[in-house]
Amino acid sequence: MIINLRVWRQPNAQSAGKMVSYRVEDVSEDMSFLEMLDLLNEDLTVKGEEPIAFDHDCREGICGMCGVVINGAAHGRSASPVPTTTCQLHMRSFADGATIDVEPWRAGAFPVIKDLVVDRTAFDRIIQAGGFISVNAGSAPEAHSVPAPKAEADRAFDAATCIGCGACVAACPNGSGMLFTAAKITHLAMLPQGQPERYSRVRTMVAQHDEEGFGGCTNIGECSAVCPKQIPLDTISQLNRDLMKSLFKR
Amino acid sequence: MSTNTDFFEVGADIRDTKAPAGPIERKWSTRKFEAKLVNPANRRKLSVIVVGTGLAGGAAAATLGEAGYNVLNYCYQDSPRRAHSIAAQGGINAAKNYRNDNDSTMRLFYDTVKGGDYRARETNVYRLAEVSANIIDQCVAQGVPFAREYGGLLDNRSFGGVQVQRTFYARGQTGQQLLIGAYQSLERQVAAGTVQMFTRHEMLELIMVDGRARGIVTRNMVTGAIEAVTADAVVLATGGYGNVFFLSTNAMGCNVTAAWRAHRKGAYFGNPCYTQIHPTCIPVHGETQSKLTLMSESLRNDGRIWVPKNAEDCEKDPRLIAEEDRDYYLERIYPAFGNLVPRDIASRQAKNMCDEGRGVGPAVEEVNHRTGETQSRRRGVYLDFASAIERLGRDAVEKKYGNLFDMYAQITGENPYETPMRIYPAVHYTMGGLWVDYDLQSNLTGLYVTGEANFSDHGANRLGASALMQGLADGYFVLPNTINDYLAAAPFEPLGEDHPAVVEAITSVKDRVDRLLSINGTRTVDSFHKELGNIMWEYCGMERTEEGLQFAIGRIRELREEFWSNVKVTGANEDFNQTLERAGRVADFLELGELMCVDALHRRESCGGHFRAESQTEDGEALRHDDEFLYVGAWEFTGAGNRPILHKEPLEYEYIELKQRSYK
Ligand SMILES: Cc1cc2nc3c(=O)[nH]c(=O)nc-3n(C[C@H](O)[C@H](O)[C@H](O)COP(=O)(O)OP(=O)(O)OC[C@H]3O[C@@H](n4cnc5c(N)ncnc54)[C@H](O)[C@@H]3O)c2cc1C
Ligand code: SF4
Ligand code: FES
Repeated sequence: MIINLRVWRQPNAQSAGKMVSYRVEDVSEDMSFLEMLDLLNEDLTVKGEEPIAFDHDCREGICGMCGVVINGAAHGRSASPVPTTTCQLHMRSFADGATIDVEPWRAGAFPVIKDLVVDRTAFDRIIQAGGFISVNAGSAPEAHSVPAPKAEADRAFDAATCIGCGACVAACPNGSGMLFTAAKITHLAMLPQGQPERYSRVRTMVAQHDEEGFGGCTNIGECSAVCPKQIPLDTISQLNRDLMKSLFKR
Repeated sequence: MSTNTDFFEVGADIRDTKAPAGPIERKWSTRKFEAKLVNPANRRKLSVIVVGTGLAGGAAAATLGEAGYNVLNYCYQDSPRRAHSIAAQGGINAAKNYRNDNDSTMRLFYDTVKGGDYRARETNVYRLAEVSANIIDQCVAQGVPFAREYGGLLDNRSFGGVQVQRTFYARGQTGQQLLIGAYQSLERQVAAGTVQMFTRHEMLELIMVDGRARGIVTRNMVTGAIEAVTADAVVLATGGYGNVFFLSTNAMGCNVTAAWRAHRKGAYFGNPCYTQIHPTCIPVHGETQSKLTLMSESLRNDGRIWVPKNAEDCEKDPRLIAEEDRDYYLERIYPAFGNLVPRDIASRQAKNMCDEGRGVGPAVEEVNHRTGETQSRRRGVYLDFASAIERLGRDAVEKKYGNLFDMYAQITGENPYETPMRIYPAVHYTMGGLWVDYDLQSNLTGLYVTGEANFSDHGANRLGASALMQGLADGYFVLPNTINDYLAAAPFEPLGEDHPAVVEAITSVKDRVDRLLSINGTRTVDSFHKELGNIMWEYCGMERTEEGLQFAIGRIRELREEFWSNVKVTGANEDFNQTLERAGRVADFLELGELMCVDALHRRESCGGHFRAESQTEDGEALRHDDEFLYVGAWEFTGAGNRPILHKEPLEYEYIELKQRSYK
C-alpha cells in the first residue's frame, strides 16, 4: 500500500516546528506503524536527509517508550476495539492511499526534544515524590507472612499495568497526568504492604503532579479511552478518596 | 581450508574463581562473613558508577544507595523504568517449595546446571538458588503484585525444562512488575539523594587507571556532550547482545557497546557464542520486519505443538486437518516432558520439522549466502489451544493467557481462539558475556558485571524464568555484599579531567564519533546490521558447522571493512541523533560477531543451545564432549584484526554428576 504522511518536524526544543509531507510506498499491512516509519527513514537517509526522530524500544507494547499522536488520537486508533501502543498498531488498520497526520505528545509538562520525541521525566519525579514502599533490600519478611486478599490484589494488579507512556496526558484537554498518578496510588493502596505510607504518598505525589505543570482533572475521561493498558477511570476516584482522607491523617 | 588456530591462540588457564573453600552450602555465608566491611560514615565518601537500570542494574543501584554509597546510574532510555527487563513475560523461579512438590535449593541448583548442559559454574549457580527465596520476599515487600490464589497466598506454575511448580508470575508481565519494583526503590534513593540518575546517556568507553576501572565516558544523547565520569568502582549491568542477530526478541536498543568497550580494554569475554533461541516466537512475516515478538513460554503448559504429518497438508486450514494426520512431535519424541522440554530442544525440533518441509504459514524465500541459491520454506509450527479450550473452557483459557492471545491477534491479524497460533524459534537471550569471578568482578580490578551482561550462571542454555532471578539476585543480594570488600580500600586517588587516562578515553570516543560522521558513504546503518544478522543467524544460530563458521568469519570481516568506508550517518554529534547511536552500536556488533563465530568454531561439540552439526548422537540429539570442552571459554582482546587469546576456566562438578542430558 501507499501511505501519505504529514509529520511534525522540529529540530529541537528551542526552534519552531512544522508539518512536512512524505509519501511512503511498499507498505505492507503486516508492518507496525513504527516499521513503516523505519521504511521512510531508510529512504530519507539514502537521500541524505535527516530521518525522523521518534522514541521506541521494546516494540512489544510494554516498555511505554513509544507514543505519537496519529490522526489526532494518542497512539492512533487500531482496527481492534482495544486501544494499543503505537508500536503495536499495524498498518492493516489503515486504508491504502490514506493520509495520516503524525505529531508528538502535546502537553505543557512534556516539552518536545526533537520531532516526535518528548521529555517525560516529570513522571519519574512524581514517583520520586512517594510512589514506592520504603523497604531496604535484605530486610523483607517471608512473602507468605502477609496474605493479600485476591480481590484487592487483582485490583492492585490492574492498576499496576500502567506503562507510563503518557498517552493519557496527551489525550487530556487539560494536559493532566492524573490517570498515571492514580494508577500508581491505586496499585500501592490496595496492598497490605502499601498501607503505612498510603496517605502521605497520595499527598506528596499529587503535589508533585501539580508542580510539574500537569493540568487538573475535570473528569473528561479521554485519558482512559486511549490508555493502552485500559487503566480504569475509577482509579482517579480512588485517588480522590484517598486524598480527602489524607487531610485527616498524619 | 584453514585450521582453527589461524583464528585464535590459546593462553594460560584461569585457575581461581575466588570462591571460598568449604562445602557448597557454606560458601556464600563464608564469603559474606569474610568480605571486608565499610563503615556507614565512610560510605558517603565513596562513589560507584552503575551502568544499566534493568533488574540487575536498577536493583544494584538502589541497594548500594540504601547502603549509603554515592551512586551514579546510567541508561540509554528516557526513564530507568523502560529497561529491557520490562519485556519479560513468563515468570521468575524461586525455591520456595510452596507447592510441597519436593522443591529445594539443591533441586533448583541441579535443574539449572543440568538445563545449562553442564557448562555453568557450580558455585555461582548454587548461590543463585540459595538467594532465590529472598528475592520473592523482597519483591512482595515492595508491592510487586504477583498472582495470588483465593486464600491470598502466592500462586506458582511450572516452566519449560522442570517438573516442579516454582515459577512466580504476574500475568504475562512479570518483568514489567519486577522492574517497576526495582525502579520504585531506585526513585526512592534518587529522592534521598544517594542515587543520581542519568537517563538518555550512553556509555561509550571505560576508563582504566593503574590497572583499575575508574570511570566511563558517556554521550548525552540529547545534546551530544561527551563527558568523562570517574568513581571508585564501575558496575556494568547493560544486558545482553542478542541484537547482533538484528532480528531478535530483544528491545531495539539492546547492544553490546558497554561490554565490548570493556573487552577492548582487557576484560575477558566468556562463552560469546552461547545464544539462547526461544521456541515460541511469532514467525517472521517479511523483509522489513524490525523485531520478533515472543509468546510466553507459559503457553506451552496448555498449548499442544504440532505440524501436519504430510507435507501436502501444510497449506490447508489447520482446523480441517484430521487428528490422525497431525504430528504432535514433542509428545511423540519426548513423552516424559512432552511440550515442556527445554528451549533448545523444542527449538531444534521445530527447525527440523520445517527443514523436512512440514512447516506451516506463509512460505519465505531463503538465500544461501555461499551459493547465492534461494529456496522457499515455511517457517512455523502450530501451538494449538483447541484441546485446552475444550478441557478448561474458553473463559479459563482467556483468564490465563488472554493478554498473550490479544497480542498475537494484534500482530498477525488472526484469532488464536479459533485457529492455532503459529510459532517459530527466535534469538532471545545471550548466555555469554563478560567473564566474572565469584564476586562478580571481571578480570579488570574494580569492574563488576551483573545480570545478562555477565556470563556466569546459565551455562550453554538458560532455563526459563532464570534470568529475572539472576538479575535480581546479583542486584539486591550478591553485588552489594561483594563490592564492599573492594571498596574497603577506597577512596582511590581523585582523577582530574586532565589525567592522561581520562583524556585518552574522551579522545578515543570523539575520534570514533567524528569518523562515523565523516564517512558519508551510500549504505544505511540498518542495511549493514541486517546483513550481519543474516550471516549470524545462518551460520552461528541454531545449527553450526566448521565450514559455515569459517565462511561467516570471512564475510563479517569484509562487511566490517565496507562499513567503515561506506556507511552513511546523517546529522551531527551535537544533536539528538539516533542514526549516530545505531552506527556506534552496529560497529561494535561487527567486531563481536566475529568473536562469536571464532568461539563457536573452536568448540567442536554440541552443547545446550549451541548445536554443532558434526557432533550429534545417532538419533540427532546434541552430543557433548566433556573430555575436551569442560571449560568456560574466556577470550582476551589483542587488538583489532589480531587473533584473540583463549583462556580456559576448567569447570569442576563436585556436587552434580555429569550426564548426557536426556529428556526422553
Ligand atoms: C521478550 C522477552 C521475554 C523474557 N521473559 C523472561 C522470563 O519470563 N523470565 C526470565 O527470567 N527472563 C526472561 N527474559 C530474559 C530477561 O528479561 C533478561 O535477561 C533480563 O531482564 C536482563 O536484565 P538485565 O538487568 O541484565 O539487563 P536489561 O534489562 O537489558 O538492562 C540493560 C540496561 O543497560 C542499559 N544500557 C545498555 N547499554 C548501555 C550503554 N552503552 N550505556 C548506558 N546504558 C546502557 C539499558 O539502558 C538498560 O537500562 C525475557 C527476555 C525477553 C527478550
Ligand atoms: S495510565 Fe495508561 S495512558 Fe497513562 S501512562 Fe499509564 S498506560 Fe499510558
Ligand atoms: S516501543 Fe515499547 S511500548 Fe512501544
